[in-house]
Amino acid sequence: MISAPDVVAFTKEDEYEEEPYNEPALPEEYSVPLFPFASQGANPWSKLSGAKFSRDFILISEFSEQVGPQPLLTIPNDTKVFGTFDLNYFSLRIMSVDYQASFVGHPPGSAYPKLNFVEDSKVVLGDSKEGAFAYVHHLTLYDLEARGFVRPFCMAYISSDQHKIMQQFQELSAEFSKASECLKTGNRKAFAGELEKKLKDLDYTRTVLHTETEIQKKANDKGFYSSQAIEKANELASVEKSIIEHQDLLKQIRSYPHRKLKGSDLCSGEVVHTQDQADQASTTSNHDESANTDLYACRPAYTPKLIKAKSTKCFDKKLKTLEELCDTEYFTQTLAQLSHIEHMFRGDLCYLLTSQIDRALLKQQHITNFLFEDFVEVDDRMVEKQESIPSKSSQDRPRSMSPEECPIPKVLISVGSYKSSVESVLIKMEQELGDEEYKEVEVTELSSFDPQGNLDYLDMDMKGSISSGESIEVLGTEKSTSVLSKSDSQASLTVPLSPQVVRSKAVSHRTISEDSIEVLSTCPSEALIPDDFKASYPSAINEESYADDNEGAIHFQANVSPPELGEAEEGSLENTPSQIDSSCCIGKESDGQLVPLSAPVHTHSGEHGVVSIPPQRHRQKDQGFHMDFSVENTNPSSQDNSCEGFPACELDPSHLLASRDVSKTSLDYYSDTTSHMSSVASTSSDRIPSSAHPAGLSSERHKKRAGQNALRFIRQYPFAHPAIYSLLSGRTLVILGEDESIVRKLVTALSIFVPNYGCYAKPVKHWASPPLHIMDFQKWKLIGLQRVASPAGAGTLHALSRYSRYTSILDLDNKTLRCPLYRGTLVPRLADHRTQIKRGSTYYLHVQSMFTQLCSKAFLYTFCHHLHLPTHDKETEQLLASRQASFLKLNLGLVNEDVRVVQYLAELLKLRYMQESPGTSHPMLRCDYVPSFLYKI
Amino acid sequence: MLRWLIGGGREPQGLAEKSPLQTIGEEQTQNPYTELLVLKAHHDIVRFLVQLDDYRFASAGDDGIVIVWNAQTGEKLLELCGHTQKITAIITFTSLESCEEKNQLILTASADKTVIVWDSNTGRQVQRISCFQSTVKCLTVLQRLDVWLSGGNDLCVWNRKLDLLCKTSHLSDTGITALVEIPKNCVVAAVGKELIIFRLVAPTEGSLGWDILEVKRLLDHQDNILSLVNVNDLSFVTGSHVGELIVWDVLDWTMQAYERNFWDPSLQLDTQQEIRLCQKSNDISIHHFTCDEENVFAAVGRGLYVYNLQMKRVIACQKTAHDSNVLHIDKLPNRQLISCSEDGSVRIWELREKQQLTAEPVPTGFFNMWGFGRVNKQASQPVKKQQENATSCSLELIGDLIGHSSSVEMFLYFEDHGLVTCSADHLIILWKNGQRESGLRSLKLFQKLEENGDLYLAV
Repeated sequence: MISAPDVVAFTKEDEYEEEPYNEPALPEEYSVPLFPFASQGANPWSKLSGAKFSRDFILISEFSEQVGPQPLLTIPNDTKVFGTFDLNYFSLRIMSVDYQASFVGHPPGSAYPKLNFVEDSKVVLGDSKEGAFAYVHHLTLYDLEARGFVRPFCMAYISSDQHKIMQQFQELSAEFSKASECLKTGNRKAFAGELEKKLKDLDYTRTVLHTETEIQKKANDKGFYSSQAIEKANELASVEKSIIEHQDLLKQIRSYPHRKLKGSDLCSGEVVHTQDQADQASTTSNHDESANTDLYACRPAYTPKLIKAKSTKCFDKKLKTLEELCDTEYFTQTLAQLSHIEHMFRGDLCYLLTSQIDRALLKQQHITNFLFEDFVEVDDRMVEKQESIPSKSSQDRPRSMSPEECPIPKVLISVGSYKSSVESVLIKMEQELGDEEYKEVEVTELSSFDPQGNLDYLDMDMKGSISSGESIEVLGTEKSTSVLSKSDSQASLTVPLSPQVVRSKAVSHRTISEDSIEVLSTCPSEALIPDDFKASYPSAINEESYADDNEGAIHFQANVSPPELGEAEEGSLENTPSQIDSSCCIGKESDGQLVPLSAPVHTHSGEHGVVSIPPQRHRQKDQGFHMDFSVENTNPSSQDNSCEGFPACELDPSHLLASRDVSKTSLDYYSDTTSHMSSVASTSSDRIPSSAHPAGLSSERHKKRAGQNALRFIRQYPFAHPAIYSLLSGRTLVILGEDESIVRKLVTALSIFVPNYGCYAKPVKHWASPPLHIMDFQKWKLIGLQRVASPAGAGTLHALSRYSRYTSILDLDNKTLRCPLYRGTLVPRLADHRTQIKRGSTYYLHVQSMFTQLCSKAFLYTFCHHLHLPTHDKETEQLLASRQASFLKLNLGLVNEDVRVVQYLAELLKLRYMQESPGTSHPMLRCDYVPSFLYKI
Repeated sequence: MLRWLIGGGREPQGLAEKSPLQTIGEEQTQNPYTELLVLKAHHDIVRFLVQLDDYRFASAGDDGIVIVWNAQTGEKLLELCGHTQKITAIITFTSLESCEEKNQLILTASADKTVIVWDSNTGRQVQRISCFQSTVKCLTVLQRLDVWLSGGNDLCVWNRKLDLLCKTSHLSDTGITALVEIPKNCVVAAVGKELIIFRLVAPTEGSLGWDILEVKRLLDHQDNILSLVNVNDLSFVTGSHVGELIVWDVLDWTMQAYERNFWDPSLQLDTQQEIRLCQKSNDISIHHFTCDEENVFAAVGRGLYVYNLQMKRVIACQKTAHDSNVLHIDKLPNRQLISCSEDGSVRIWELREKQQLTAEPVPTGFFNMWGFGRVNKQASQPVKKQQENATSCSLELIGDLIGHSSSVEMFLYFEDHGLVTCSADHLIILWKNGQRESGLRSLKLFQKLEENGDLYLAV
């Protein structure tokens, strides 16, 4: 597929041109190897992995206490999507990387079981064998019948593109948090209801038992109790205890802070924006939310049941389905949100990125962008919302959340081996400040992933040849991102990512082999979900898991390190401001209290911060290991677990560095795409190139077609310029024709030239039948009009000619145009009939860029104070007018009628700007008393 | 719109017929109205517009609804619903200075034989009077006496509290078509061909009650009186269906001037079919008057005439100003005249003086609207005679406003906000000076910027 142009560049010397082309092909050694899979119909842009699924999908899995990890459902729920992809297997994988698994049950020192409102954890993991990379969002739902009252679930966004997952992490995380929040809200409601029922049962049981005991007491009046009576009394006591426990649980679930509910309110509110069908549900749910407390209190009448002393065996009972766990309403709402996510992240990464950049840029021109841009996308508003929320809530966040008071445990563990398999695990626990700036920095941080990510990829690919079998890579934990952005200096460091850093990262990087798991990144939801969500997390778990502070973390690390290294490690940690996490794409981090050192030291010390742990052969063990780590860092058993059997030398990261640094650097740098290719080969991909399903597919296609037809119009009609000028200057263009499809097509094509009034649809009427009314001209700026053959048609024409001062009339059947003269220079540039542009989408972009220019002119004109208001009192209107004219002509370089275009746009801008204030202003109809001319082909 | 559709068929003929109509091309440099706003709220013909204050006006029509609008923004402020049939008269009743509540009342009369009094600020229905025997066709307020009069088949006098003070006996079945206040507590009512002068007797020491007395009947008009307007302190003017314009003295009710030039008898003799068609009697009926200090402007059939009170003659005319009957005319302060017509257009005219030193024939531009050959000469003869001794004027078309698809019933001129027209196509259109509006918008824009603190002025 590397084809003609490249080769031609090599061969086409001037001499060759002159000679007849009788030379044989290039010598073998100069020929560019063809893309190896061209024969298979693949192209160089097809995905490199051997994913067995055709496109991205969302998987919901559960760690069932009965059968272990199992997939529940996929979105889209279509077997074609995931194809032969082993969902069961992958569920196992994704469920095994939950570092935040909640601890529920009887915590030491507490009499009652304690509910922990656990944060979701967010992990990115990759499975190179399956060619699948996933963003995994773990969440815990409550179930009274489940062990420890919890049911771990996870939602995973599975893609074959690692970069997509990594770079869209923020967005994925934010979106999934919404879905999760929705589920959890429903679950809390359901759980509270369940608890109430249970309490009623217990109460009933108690009364029954009580009366029975009384009867027995009365029956044996002998002064001693029968064993039966004692048993009953015990039973009664246990019921009493159970009641207290359940009451406590109910209290806990009810005590879930109200602010939290607000947060989820917001979540559902946003779903309203995105999901039409969820509209109903969410509104009702909003309603429910507000009346939530009531709902908890007054449940419908329920007849209590007697509870047997012996509960049924755990495996006998059927566990509740996800839908039962949450309210059906919430469940459907969540599904809607998930399918929205699926839709949102469809398509190639570069498409997503471009559109994101596009949106970001457009947002900067929020005053003018309504004119020609047709993005009225919901997610945009959502982003705005998200931006606004934290800023609000950060003020009323409890101060206790600040890092000073809430000590930050910092555990940086990289488990790895350079031999055959590597475990690189990075876990960082960090209480994030939650300031917006942080997020900003994070974003830059993430954007700097790109090269690193690439290198990771290369690295992985190279080793892919050695590696085989299954591997899951956990590449990093998200919490670290927040740490990264601790200080400004850190942020600045991020951008010019020094080669050393990259190298060291790459070097100490995991190799892939059987049974290795790499966590790319995990993110306790803290870091990314809007503050509203996290601020109000009751900190049962927070307090526990964050109980250990910095000191503790270091201490812990010291423990992990073998004795002989311990001191050095500690030392290095103490004077290491920034630790480079070798395995993690997120790069490096600093504790923010110290100034980062220069790059070389940086590299080294960074490596020191990493504790390497050799491979673990059994995944079972891995899981345990991971779990333990995530749950309780200080748990001694986990330390033991992770330490056991590791040769001391392997724990020394500097060793790692030294051994591989030099040798690999060059390779890392000079490895090119061919390595990608080869890795593809090794994975024996039969993968179909990921079908590009951009979110706005239809609109994209629409644009393309519109551009194409506009091009055709421009080429076909010599009077295209005045017609386009009419549109740009706000004069309604009526396209008159008999054939609806032709008229519609042209209307669609020309609609790209119609400036918008506001954020609504463009003022375009594709097909109207006469008569036209003055209202139509006020409302529509481009009208496709049906030509009626009957006598009434004459009336139509008459009416049109009557309103001729407001309209330009393009008669498609007679190929005439009646409209004012145009002598400007703007439209010829915009619509050059000799343009070299061939493709519709290209032309569309050309038009858009021209319009951006035009908009900026209009913006300047509108917002220049001295152009519209007298600089002093005595200034006359004439002076003002002449100033305007000279500005338009000299500063903006507008000629003749172009002035009117900018003036019209300026009026629209003014109207729009003032519209933002309350009070509706109608669109007005403007006309110029200028003569019209009849153009013919 | 419908009218245009139906009328569309015979358009070619119509065009030929209309050839004398003065037209103006697309280029209308003096026409300031380059922006328009269509207001749609009525469901039937909108017949009345009344100004409430500097920025508000009310509209009423055959759908029985009264709507209060903001003339600046076109915003619908209030909708007054209460009448079940079409509204026949509307008037505002501003409270006197002495009154404590400053609210302005809107009085509406309807074909459902009721009069409703509205509060123009709140839209509240203050009171509803339904004791009428007949439809009230006109309303007038005597500000000085703080009473208002309703004219139908009889004439009733009401005070502010809506008590019936007195009433006349049944006058005629056609009823009072127009009512005007003249000095000495008198009112003139146009009833059919007659003008009746009534005198109001306010309560005095002797008599406690109000009374209304018929003082005089003037029988000089030969046909139904269509329009009745106060000119100044000295005179009022009436116009009839057959084109009689009579100027009356306000005090002794005598005829000061009589003008029938609009109706040229010679035309009736003309055998040309076309001419006879367009000179039907209603083509010379006087629909509306407007006055300034020296001139009476009359809408006569399809034409416009300027009658000078001092010279007692027509000083300028535009005999075919519109395609169809002119329904309403108004004089703007800047010597401009606006007329609206059944043909759905609004035209802006300027009264231009020109010194006629010699008795040379009037420029053709002046008369060529009149038509062809002989007719032209005959028609111009009286005018020529009048022009001999003094200044003459001409009405020049400086612009037309096209927007309505059916007859424009009335319009209202706001000094600051432009022109409001209402029409049988159920629409109200706000015509604005685009340039001025643009400037105003800029002003607002920068005000808003300043409010938001976004305005940085270069030092």
